[in-house]
Amino acid sequence: MDRTLAGYVHALRAAGVGVSTAETIDAARAVSLVGYACRADLKAALGLALAKSAADQRIHERVFDLYFSVPGGASLPAGAALQLALARAAAAADLPALQLFTQTGPATRRVLQLLGMDALDAHLSQLVSAPAAPLQQAARAWVERAFELHGRPATESFMTGVALQRPLGRVAPADLQRLQLAVVRMARKLADRHARRQRVQLRGQLHLRRTLRASAGHDGLPFKLAFKHRRRDRPRVVAVCDVSGSVASQVRFLLMFLYALHGAVGQVMGGLRSFAFSNQLQEVSKALETLHFDDAMALILKTVGMGSTDYGQAFADLHQQHLHRVDRHTTLLVLGDGRSNGTPLRLDCFAELAQRAKRVVWLCPEPPGRWGTGDSALLHYRPWCTVLTHCATVADLERALDEALAAYS
Amino acid sequence: MASTPLNADAAAVPATPPGLHSIDDVTALLHGVGYIATRSIATAVYLAQHLRKPVLIEGPAGVGKTELAVSAARALNIALLRLPCYEGLDDSKALYEWQYGKQLLYTQVLKEKIGLLVDGADTLDGALAKLAGFQDLFFSRQFLQPRPLLQAMEQPGGSVLLIDEVDKAEESFEALLLEVLADYQVTIPEIGTVRAQVPPLVMLTSNNTRELGDALKRRCLHLHIGWPDAALETQVLRSRVPGLAAALLAQLVAFVQTLRQQNLRKPPSMAESVDWARTLLLLHASVLDEALVRDTLNVLLKRESDIRDVQPRLAEWTRAALAASATPAATPARSATPATPAPAHTAPTVPPA
Repeated sequence: MDRTLAGYVHALRAAGVGVSTAETIDAARAVSLVGYACRADLKAALGLALAKSAADQRIHERVFDLYFSVPGGASLPAGAALQLALARAAAAADLPALQLFTQTGPATRRVLQLLGMDALDAHLSQLVSAPAAPLQQAARAWVERAFELHGRPATESFMTGVALQRPLGRVAPADLQRLQLAVVRMARKLADRHARRQRVQLRGQLHLRRTLRASAGHDGLPFKLAFKHRRRDRPRVVAVCDVSGSVASQVRFLLMFLYALHGAVGQVMGGLRSFAFSNQLQEVSKALETLHFDDAMALILKTVGMGSTDYGQAFADLHQQHLHRVDRHTTLLVLGDGRSNGTPLRLDCFAELAQRAKRVVWLCPEPPGRWGTGDSALLHYRPWCTVLTHCATVADLERALDEALAAYS
Repeated sequence: MASTPLNADAAAVPATPPGLHSIDDVTALLHGVGYIATRSIATAVYLAQHLRKPVLIEGPAGVGKTELAVSAARALNIALLRLPCYEGLDDSKALYEWQYGKQLLYTQVLKEKIGLLVDGADTLDGALAKLAGFQDLFFSRQFLQPRPLLQAMEQPGGSVLLIDEVDKAEESFEALLLEVLADYQVTIPEIGTVRAQVPPLVMLTSNNTRELGDALKRRCLHLHIGWPDAALETQVLRSRVPGLAAALLAQLVAFVQTLRQQNLRKPPSMAESVDWARTLLLLHASVLDEALVRDTLNVLLKRESDIRDVQPRLAEWTRAALAASATPAATPARSATPATPAPAHTAPTVPPA
């Protein structure tokens, strides 16, 4: 296999496309059929062999254009020999190892050194005083391309990893986009894992009626035995999200998560209904399903958001208007800090909801040390919760929900 | 690892069917049966044939995923075997099934004959020895009901195997497909392994309702068909609805393209714009106007909420479509190009890295 293709696979992997060895071999065979002569064909062929989803395909298109291009071509005077020498020097300088933008300066220097710049400099300084600027620019362009291919994705995944571990309330605005992507990916993953309805074979328990029915075609001889099985339900979730002032800094993520969950599993799961409240409870499923996230969030915050919290009222509303949505198949998911401003807690309503529901999962952004302090009513609600966890980062959110949904199977 | 080059070379014995010798050939071949293939679609079919790999086709509903397989079979003049997937699909519906009923019937019929057969033997061992030669009688090809996957392997002239909406089947079904897709063979324990004489051209379609398993994905070439651009849509409509006037065609395409850019629950697909073109042809329309669009909108949009949402802006878009088609846009001119829309063949620059 040629080094060009190997380099390309390396770049794709750096950009987050999982390319296996077998796929690389396929790509090599595809290239040997199509050849390097036509750019469009090469692009299509590599895409077919290496990109395994629509998202991969988009990455492939971007990386292909970047990889199969000559950086800094314009800044060098005509001279194929010099271009080639530069390309060789760039190959020798191990540019794919770049991780951070600050490394690009030294890397440029290394390329120039490999090109024999030191000797040239010494030679030139005797003739003229100006350094060979165009060459330097061209070398710089090579390094920057290598950074785009290998360094930026590495930096990006590092930053995402950091952002996922950062407490929900203290995420920098620059990370928002990054986190939004990560949250969408996470919701999709959860949906894939839990949305499928599963059948559990109960070994040994004969389904007599079906066996007899199947035997009718065979003169009454039971050739085919049918066994009883039980269907596992798709998880049904009623989510209640606090959007009041006390959780203002985390609201974005809680809603973002609900939004992603709606997008990924809204139809697949048995049903996902979301409600938001400060003091009055309102259903927000429709907004989360039909609008773009920013619009949905603006709308939700406008209608119900940022008031003073009243958990008791919210549970009373849920009890009064939506009790029929909570049944023995439903998980009641509460996202909030349980700070209720000293209002009546309506434990009776919450208790009945909890008794009807299969499980109650409460995810709280506050650390356990602060539960029950001040106006936090969390400890009063705790006896009714199947799971009550502290959930401070996006990574926590994923883990908690995974456990909550997994309890079904 | 079934897809090592060694294995694939061994499978690549039969000659390439005529019409699949280059990517341009494929485009021309498909154009011959009225399927306008983009460069990447043609490349996919070409590579599928030469690498002996199945193609997994993804994309929104109605962009011609299934149609590609149907057209390929028609163009190559070989059989099309179609396996629609659904929840609960199992090997007896996909691979093969023993015809128990028939076997039973035969045992009844043969009961007396067996008496004759073992007549001479006076001990049980002797009778068994006499019967030994017939023991495989009931598990032979005679009683085997081949299902699409096995049928595709058995076509003497090769075939196109279409596994439709594979995402609707359960994950366990994917495991069943692996042997078929990687080695083009089906193992029947009672008979042996049936290996395809001519490996079929396999196409799987998926609407992406769930993520497919990595094992399946790895064995396939991955083709993503997106919404067609204006030029392609014009070509397809020209091929599918030949009677439509050029002016109306341009207006129609411009309107549909605008519609697709809106945030609709179900944007109109290629299939729907073909339907719409047929509708307009039937109504003898010569020019798009708002009333006409309003009356026929339910052909294009299949969701009540979408229709409601676009109502207020129909007039504006109709005007825009008329204006767009009146200007000398690239679309009508380009649609006259022949079967092979040769893209700019620029040589890629290859870094030695």
